[in-house]
Amino acid sequence: MSQIAATLDEAIEVIADGCMLVVPREVSGVPMDATRALIRRGIRRLHLVALPTSSLQADLLIGAGCVATLETSAVSLGEYGPAPRFTAAILSGSIKMKDATCPALHAALQASEKGVPFMPLRGLIGSDVLKYRDDWKVIDSPFGDNDPIVLLPAIKPDVALFHAAMADVHGNVWLGRQRELATMAHAAVKTIVTVDRIHPGNLLDNPTFAAGTLPGFYVDRIALTERGAWPLPLPDYYAADAAHLAEYAKMAATEEGFAEYLDKYVYEKQAA
Amino acid sequence: MTFRPEELLADQIAQLIGDVRHVAVGNASPIPATAALLARERGRGRPYVSLLGSPKNTFWTDGARELFDCAGQGRIDVFFLSGGQIDGHGNINLVEIGDHAHPKVRFPGSFGSAYLYYVVPKVILFRTEHSRRTLVPQVDYVSAPGASEPNVFRTGGPVALITNRCLFSFAGGRFTLQSVHPGHTVEEVIEHTGFDFDRPANVPETPPPSAETLKLMRETVAPQLAELYPQFAAQVFGVAVPSS
Repeated sequence: MSQIAATLDEAIEVIADGCMLVVPREVSGVPMDATRALIRRGIRRLHLVALPTSSLQADLLIGAGCVATLETSAVSLGEYGPAPRFTAAILSGSIKMKDATCPALHAALQASEKGVPFMPLRGLIGSDVLKYRDDWKVIDSPFGDNDPIVLLPAIKPDVALFHAAMADVHGNVWLGRQRELATMAHAAVKTIVTVDRIHPGNLLDNPTFAAGTLPGFYVDRIALTERGAWPLPLPDYYAADAAHLAEYAKMAATEEGFAEYLDKYVYEKQAA
Repeated sequence: MTFRPEELLADQIAQLIGDVRHVAVGNASPIPATAALLARERGRGRPYVSLLGSPKNTFWTDGARELFDCAGQGRIDVFFLSGGQIDGHGNINLVEIGDHAHPKVRFPGSFGSAYLYYVVPKVILFRTEHSRRTLVPQVDYVSAPGASEPNVFRTGGPVALITNRCLFSFAGGRFTLQSVHPGHTVEEVIEHTGFDFDRPANVPETPPPSAETLKLMRETVAPQLAELYPQFAAQVFGVAVPSS
């Protein structure tokens, strides 16, 4: 049975209200078409894990009221300024924020990848990031002598969702050097991928492709969404749409402007 | 030769980088990125430079975690951090101002600071708004501390803080004023700094970038920078914004 879904909406069906969803950082293949589809569907109460940071995607989901809990290391629009809906949600207390630091999220997903309950990580001790995370623990290293070290519980997302350049009919997905996408897929219970195109043949038959391929074994659903990362970049394929991101930053600065943005760029697409 | 403030800062940061093997630059850091690329041009390809988020200027092949794994082993010599607030103990705040339960201001977040500050030997702090609002006696939230207890594993930390007004060095838990940029004064630095710092009897002026450095930055570095920081490259160096 092929993983390739007939429609994007069918591919993302499994992403349920209240689930833990892991998504990649702003430059690593962000599934923006799928994000817009989730907003149109009216998804609610997501526990969103952005590995390890996010930009437009988290801001849109938060602004559209889809997120209950956000676990990440930073949300910003980079050169285009602060992420306005994220900022407003934190200041109004409308979402629960689990502030992390980038390597902690990578490590906690690696723990799930390995099937172990936690990972140790250096740093953190003495920071308020640790102080406000009661799910993280400090132990004295059993292999050291008075060597405190932080333990992070494994993060096991219900679903990993990302965009990649291509997949084949066997469900293999070519990630290139975006290896954190593989970690996400290995760690999550289910993985849904959107791709720009379907590769003819089997990606694993070609050793050059195979090294950068996530085997279909890990992949549950694939949807074809051409330029599906727009307006964010797809590394090695296309750049961010700078003019659009600047427009977003401007519109999303107010609640009214954000609502207009949703009407124009998220809900309109449904009719198209 | 006239120069822009960003060019002076990048030249100074390039000198602070010194003779090292690997410089990494994090998110939202166009001036440090300029400095790192300048250092690489001067060293004819060394140090290695990794610009986070840039497909062209990184050599990572193992995903976003490779930066942190590299740093954990001591394979990154220099990194750059900033803060919504930076205090006199070298603590940085990338999270919030006000009470944690009801913050007044929210910044993007700590990024990798709560880890990298501990394990990168030379962390250069930069903040282009030098004011009592940003340089404070005590940060409201410690994203990463300037110093740690003796039993906490720590091979890295802050060595300097560069601002739009001056350059501080950091050692023994305190900042020392090293030089004041052209057009600025020691009195002004004291007036706009919220924390105590040490200073010599005579504080030198920060030397301007040489004509040769400016040429290298504008002609060779700026076009490379435009890939990751198109707006900055356009504003500072007049590089045309590429269409997507």
